[in-house]
Amino acid sequence: MSKTIHIAPLTRIEGHAAIAINLDADGGVKDTKVHFQSLRGFEKFVEGKPAEELPRIVNRICGICPWQHHLASNKAVDACFGVTPPPAGQKLRELMQTISHAEDKLLHFFFLAAADFVLGPDSDYAVRNVIGVAKANPELAQKVVRMRYKAKMILEKFAGKAIHPVAGVTGGFAKPMTEEDRMQILSEMQELLDFALFTIEFAKTQVFPPYLEAIETIGVINTGFLGTVDDNGALNLYDGKLRLMKPDGSCTDFAAADYADHVGEKVVPWSYGKFPYAKSWAEGFSLDLEAPKGIYRANTLARINVCDKIATPQAQAELEEFREKFGRPAQATLLYHWARLIEEVYACEHAIALLQDPEITDPDIRAKVEPKAGRGVGCVEAPRGTLIHDYTTDENGLITRANLIVGTTHNLAPINMSVHQAAKALIKDGRADEGALNKIEMAVRAYDP
Amino acid sequence: MTVSVASEWLNACSGCEIAIVDMGERLLKILELVEFVHIPVLMDNKYYGQTGERHQLRLPAADVGIISGGVRNEEHLEVAEEMRRQCQTIIALGTCATHGGIPALSNSYANDQIVDRYYHTESTDPTQELPHDGVPALLEGCKALDEVIPVDVYLPGCPPHPDQVFGALAALLDGAPLPLRDKSVCDTCPTSREGKGRLAQMRRFLHAPKYGAADEPLDKMRCLLEQGLLCMGPVTRAGCGGDAALPRCIKARVPCRGCYGPAKPDGNQRMEMLGALASNGIDITSLPESTSLLRFSGAHGRLRPPLVRK
Repeated sequence: MSKTIHIAPLTRIEGHAAIAINLDADGGVKDTKVHFQSLRGFEKFVEGKPAEELPRIVNRICGICPWQHHLASNKAVDACFGVTPPPAGQKLRELMQTISHAEDKLLHFFFLAAADFVLGPDSDYAVRNVIGVAKANPELAQKVVRMRYKAKMILEKFAGKAIHPVAGVTGGFAKPMTEEDRMQILSEMQELLDFALFTIEFAKTQVFPPYLEAIETIGVINTGFLGTVDDNGALNLYDGKLRLMKPDGSCTDFAAADYADHVGEKVVPWSYGKFPYAKSWAEGFSLDLEAPKGIYRANTLARINVCDKIATPQAQAELEEFREKFGRPAQATLLYHWARLIEEVYACEHAIALLQDPEITDPDIRAKVEPKAGRGVGCVEAPRGTLIHDYTTDENGLITRANLIVGTTHNLAPINMSVHQAAKALIKDGRADEGALNKIEMAVRAYDP
Repeated sequence: MTVSVASEWLNACSGCEIAIVDMGERLLKILELVEFVHIPVLMDNKYYGQTGERHQLRLPAADVGIISGGVRNEEHLEVAEEMRRQCQTIIALGTCATHGGIPALSNSYANDQIVDRYYHTESTDPTQELPHDGVPALLEGCKALDEVIPVDVYLPGCPPHPDQVFGALAALLDGAPLPLRDKSVCDTCPTSREGKGRLAQMRRFLHAPKYGAADEPLDKMRCLLEQGLLCMGPVTRAGCGGDAALPRCIKARVPCRGCYGPAKPDGNQRMEMLGALASNGIDITSLPESTSLLRFSGAHGRLRPPLVRK
């Protein structure tokens, strides 16, 4: 008799999702569906609102990456109104975004993902969480909590709100940085860099080694990748051109404003979230594990794969080691965690570089703005992937149309595939114990959706 | 004695849960005193049993239930009702749970308008079949939590400041009464109000307010409303600055938009703000629109789709 296994809710992820695994008469996996259950309608309800208010509305799309929504939105509104923020305004935006990346990666690695590795995927579900990790390793827990809090408090002390920020404004930034702020944040970021270097070393020596085999088996699929690079092909989280890489490693670069020529979105019956795919490859869309079509991934592993290099020295050294081991592009899904820790090093190093530039304290932070009719595409790299906000305004600067492609959604099709792959590998003869089901969830968790 | 806590998120963004995590080292202290029995963002307790063996959604019993987010679909409703059955005390955490929050801006539209737009954007391939398989059906509009279940404690904020989350949990652990907050943001705002000058129009926030050097203290800066910038401080509940008390947006020299919801729990931020402006002789038609004044409190029937004549 056929049967369906439901995993609901998916846990230690940021959104609302559930998995249905359909088994055939012999107890083998027939198909799997990942249901993304949230539909809020931001694209509709921002219509008619003053464009300059959007960065303070759309940040509520995500409480984990509100800075990225806030800034992609600010960039889109700037473009609608035809305004370019002064250099210090740009740098303050980028600094806040970079620090929020640094904070988020610690959150994901230690609070959401670590339990699977530190305590093991088959450990009791009642302790397989950050609380269990903290009890097993109280000294480390204290350090993690303190470091993440430090990053969060930099944002709150300087920019007022750390979650659902307000300091990015049309034309620039709301508040200049004093020399005292700069020195203070610089010393705090040095501490965070030390912790980032400790974390990646700790992960490489004590967390990942027992799982190198699992890395090669859980959720592995073969796809393309999307991320942002600068003019030199180096990793960039805040600005640059988009780079779409095919599974064979060949790349196409394009301006974010041209996204709709390259990326399409499919509606599927089992998910409120739409599935973006690489329209420009002109091969259609298929989730077939053997012959996927149009499937690419975003988020850390994608960015680490598409960039030619990283502009900061310690992250570059980590990138070289990673490529030596896993090649380019690396396809194993659990390597998202490793790539995330490389980006953590980059984010800390890059924040320090921004703070070492004395221009960041220039009080000229906001350009003069007049509302007008226009269209603007704003794009940044959110922790979960390339984030695109595309707005059109009328002559009063009110929104007439908004289109959003949110970081996580790029990975919805690949998540479906990784779950399918993991379920097929782990469920035999209709039997699925708790450990196997958690390993299937690990294939989702790697994407940090 | 430890207190058991169950936590759920409904039509929410996870910012409230991150505010819990943002308590910093206080979080570790709380974790020694409370036992989390269900919190999807941090632990793996499942609705239908650990291997999906049950057919009915069930949550463990708990002393305290914390719920963030409004109620937008059938699963949110089912989870809210089960939380109410299983928990002694229900805390509505965050402005989405207390007043609908930003997602309740969707209440200005019918569901089919929302769905139609999202599935027909410029980058979406044409489709004949909209999602229906394994996704919870939408309810008519986004509701605050107390529109569907009784709520014992309200902790608004978008998100609530970690100091208040800690304060509330600590008070519940001690069995102490929760501090009452009935002040407005203006009551806690240090900027200087001169009360003179004739202001006839509101300006959009397209230019920075006037203030001196970068490190000039906030009490030297003139009230943003008196500078002609719409600021929701007068009609918004205080507390966003946490123990430090300074309003968070003002700290960034940005006007308040009302994220703690109405100063009085059942207040109407749009009506009260328009009233305050009009009674001070300000032309309210100088605002580009007024729906946004309810952007945090559009539940409880405050925002509705326009009536369609048949």
